[in-house]
Amino acid sequence: MKKFLNGPWVLLLPTVIVLACVVFLPLLISLWTSFTPFKLTRPDTLYKFVGFRNYERLFGNYDFWVAFGRTVLFLTIALNLELVFGLGIALLINKITYAQKTLRTLMMFPMMFSPILVGFQWKYIFNDNIGLLNNFLREFGISPKPWLVDTFLANMSIMAAEIWSSTSVFAILLLAGLMGIPKDPIEAAKVDGCNSWQVFKNITLPFLMPFIFIAMTIRSLDVARAYDIVQMMTGGGPAKRTELLWTLISRTGYVDAKMGLANAMSYISIFLSIAFTFFFFYKLMEARKILSYD
Amino acid sequence: MTKKQINNILIWISAILLIVLIMTPGLWVVITAFRPQVDIMAKPAVWIPRNLSFNQFETMLFGGSEGSMGRSKVPVLSYLRNSLIISLVSTFIAVLIGTLGGYAFARHNFKGKNTYFFLVMLTRAIPGISLSLPIFILFSKIGIIDTHLGIIIVFVALNVPFTIWLTDGFFRQIPRAMSEVAMTDGCTRLQAFWHIELPLSKSGIASAGIFAFLISWNEFAIVSNLARSTDSKTLTVGLMDFTSQFTINWPGMCALAVFIIIPALILTFMVQKHLVSGLTFGGVKG
Repeated sequence: MKKFLNGPWVLLLPTVIVLACVVFLPLLISLWTSFTPFKLTRPDTLYKFVGFRNYERLFGNYDFWVAFGRTVLFLTIALNLELVFGLGIALLINKITYAQKTLRTLMMFPMMFSPILVGFQWKYIFNDNIGLLNNFLREFGISPKPWLVDTFLANMSIMAAEIWSSTSVFAILLLAGLMGIPKDPIEAAKVDGCNSWQVFKNITLPFLMPFIFIAMTIRSLDVARAYDIVQMMTGGGPAKRTELLWTLISRTGYVDAKMGLANAMSYISIFLSIAFTFFFFYKLMEARKILSYD
Repeated sequence: MTKKQINNILIWISAILLIVLIMTPGLWVVITAFRPQVDIMAKPAVWIPRNLSFNQFETMLFGGSEGSMGRSKVPVLSYLRNSLIISLVSTFIAVLIGTLGGYAFARHNFKGKNTYFFLVMLTRAIPGISLSLPIFILFSKIGIIDTHLGIIIVFVALNVPFTIWLTDGFFRQIPRAMSEVAMTDGCTRLQAFWHIELPLSKSGIASAGIFAFLISWNEFAIVSNLARSTDSKTLTVGLMDFTSQFTINWPGMCALAVFIIIPALILTFMVQKHLVSGLTFGGVKG
């Protein structure tokens, strides 16, 4: 007993209980439901086992695979751009000595916005009729564009909102990394005749790697927040042109009331999220090992 | 001008452009909240507001006489109350549970520690909308759908992982030796935690709490499906009340958006420093 009280598990017990009740138990229910034809309108269907029928149906479902592909593509492009922009911003602010703290605080502005608000403000900016952007174009005599209607433009608009909201996560964390870099190796390299690109590539970037992976891990934990943004901006429409996996799940489950099918989809989306997180966490561990050797 | 001066000017120009890009969308929403409907719809656009109006806020808070644009008024005060109750209670419980967990990870070495830590974080990676489906089914069965209690339980689980991540980082910044001395003097682990580490990491834990509050305050995906009526709908879900199939009450929505953003703004400014150090410390110095 004394051993238990002094050990870690007594401290972790509440965490385990909460996560078991609110995450693992629902996941089991979700798994079971994905093997039934459960519809909200017909409660008795929850107990009817149909094997892999929902999953089989998904494999042949064109809409699902389009949404799946769009989600992966969307995340890949958005995360990479956020990293590049974030790195650029961090390097820029790191160069500035005057009012650096104020700049850093201002950079955090988008982090305060709930994703639903991000969606709303960009919906407003991209609005055909009264949006900031189209009003601006009209001032210069350029014909207004249907930002949230055209397939390409709508996806780009959502991407812009997503990048606006999350680039600062990268910028802030990478800036923290940049500030922690010891000055000596950089000075030494400069004395030895390295140019700035060589310094960046051989000293700054390897040192920043763990910070990049922390940022990526944190981001991959909440990529599904893009659901809020899309739900607000277009609702997946018009005509499924901006449908991501998560908006499709929500529509199938709550609007069409096909809970069984929606749960099968959501299992696939869970694996996708976990794969993203696992990948970056693994990279973080690797980077940490490399750093601790010197 | 020297090359260095030109460089400096270029850096500043890009910094200012960046700030403009970052601030404009949010500021535009804030400005719209105070503009009369005619100005918003005007063509050609009116860039500088001709006069400010507090109509939207009046309608929101006191139910204004004309019910702006003929729409039924949105019960913002109920939503605000729900948001506050749900966020505050869930934050308190999550910080209590998460701090203990963070301490366990920071101070104890046990088999498979990194794996368990990762497992806890992984629960956070599950998309809210995916998790909401089974929780919806479960809560309907036990009858706590559309209640504060149900949503609070879910938010606690959402916030525990990040609280653990942050507090783990803060506890590690405190030298181990301090609690070890206390323990050789006869304290138990829990007593050492209570008397030594807890007081020292107070501000860190406070910022973890504020962070948890913000996550609850801003959550939409889960709560929009679990909350069905004014009994439990929060402000973020209430934002959707202003949209109908063909029309959107822009100024009303902007006013509510201002309502949601102000507490978030103040709280984030308070914790920004701790947030960065907490997230990076735990991650880098494993």
